Amino acid sequence: MDPDYPASSDTAESASIPFAETDISSVGLRLRLSSLAFDGDLLLRNLDLTLPPGRITCLLGPSGVGKTSILRIIAGFLPIPSESFLETSDGQPLTGRLSYMDQRDLLLPWARVRDNLLIGARLRGEVPDLARADTLLSRVGLEKWRNTRPDTLSGGMRQRVALARTLMEDSPVVLMDEPFSALDAITKYHLQALAARLLANRTVLLITHDPMEALRIGHDIYVLSGQPAQLSDPIRPTGKIPRNPTNDELKRHYSAIMSALAVSEGG
Amino acid sequence: MRLFRPLITIAGLICLWAVITTVFSLPKFILPAPLVVGKALVTHAALIAENALTTGIEILSGLFLGVLFGMISALLISAYRPVKQWVFPLLIASQAIPVFAIAPLLVLWLGYGMAPKIVMSLLIIYFPVTVGFLDGLNRTDPAWTNLATLLQQSGPKGRFLRLVRLYRYIKIPFALPSLASGIRVAAAIAPIGAVVGEWVGASSGLGYLMLHANARVQTDLMFASLLTLTFMALALYFLIDHGLRLALPWLAPRADFSFPQHQSSQSTET
Repeated sequence: MDPDYPASSDTAESASIPFAETDISSVGLRLRLSSLAFDGDLLLRNLDLTLPPGRITCLLGPSGVGKTSILRIIAGFLPIPSESFLETSDGQPLTGRLSYMDQRDLLLPWARVRDNLLIGARLRGEVPDLARADTLLSRVGLEKWRNTRPDTLSGGMRQRVALARTLMEDSPVVLMDEPFSALDAITKYHLQALAARLLANRTVLLITHDPMEALRIGHDIYVLSGQPAQLSDPIRPTGKIPRNPTNDELKRHYSAIMSALAVSEGG
Repeated sequence: MRLFRPLITIAGLICLWAVITTVFSLPKFILPAPLVVGKALVTHAALIAENALTTGIEILSGLFLGVLFGMISALLISAYRPVKQWVFPLLIASQAIPVFAIAPLLVLWLGYGMAPKIVMSLLIIYFPVTVGFLDGLNRTDPAWTNLATLLQQSGPKGRFLRLVRLYRYIKIPFALPSLASGIRVAAAIAPIGAVVGEWVGASSGLGYLMLHANARVQTDLMFASLLTLTFMALALYFLIDHGLRLALPWLAPRADFSFPQHQSSQSTET
């Protein structure tokens, strides 16, 4: 079996089985930004984005529209601008309940695959949960590679390790910034299905520039476009995640999203 | 193979040296023939070994202490802004002082033993190690520090322990390649410090032996000492370089014969 595509056979039947040893207490988010500027340019105004608990929300848009800034504000990498608010459905602060997955895998080059999963625990001074790391590695089909250094793995395998590291934290909220954009089409296709399965019941914000990716694994899909950018009405495709891209409904949504994106690129 | 070609070059140079001494029939005290130097190496083997031991200890102690102090300094400067603001400019300015000029002072203060030579080596080594390591510590990818911050937020709050763990698991490992470059430079220049220290005032060591042999026109002994010193310096450099590569296996191997000065310009095979 090709190591890049571990779970292609069981995609359908395991789609409904969420992975979590502990019960994830779902938390919803609402971000309201009065305005967001970068280098003096007004990127967006009056944004009101809701991430419903336990669902995957996708944010699509052309480059430079401010998608990543929105994610970085939620993650706390950027300060919340004035007159803007980040609220949680349970009123508790978000700090410590987030995990984050980047476009780059951000694996530690010196650490073996399993140690890359344990880095969170080490950074917190906790005893690492080896059993959980091994379970997650088998979930992403990499149990045989747990003592390998990342530099010998393929791009798809590395991103699967990154996915496992993200899930290792067992956070109710997961932020993903174009996590599959650097991968080839086939690897991407399999990884989307795997991620959708493993992220079930978590509150996910997925930033992407690939409409089909959003349509396959997103519950709520928003397009951010224009100048300053506006959030579209949500698109909510029906059907179980990960959806089949040949489905007619998805094709219809796809052309609608493409025309919205193309208009905003042109203007 | 990569050692073979330079060895041929060296053999060629020795032949040239032999030809020059024969053709110009140079006296032994101006330029002794390679064979004469070889004989001196054998006859004075015990004397050279004894003095080489002194110099070797000085070089290794200086290297160890210089790397140690350099690493500590880089960590402090990188972790604490006040140290950087108050001390680091001074450290850079101190490099304007020629270390050789303070060698007599060191002998005056520390005597004729090994101490001033070790301090000389230490002073020469300290700066490249500090700057190399500091550069690595300051260049941690912000994506990684962001991720580490996020990972730490669900854990205990203590700021000091968070900082220590950030350095232990992220910043220091990412800075190790830069530190290794600093140590390579240090290994190449450590012998200079020790020998200069010995020239200023010493009772043993290869620098001391060379100075005395020169004064007594024992040019063959001087050359023999010089060859021994060169061999020691090369051996030290390659041992350190090899050790560093073994210690940092995740870095792409550099498969060529090189000195640290050329590191930035070379990328692949020669």
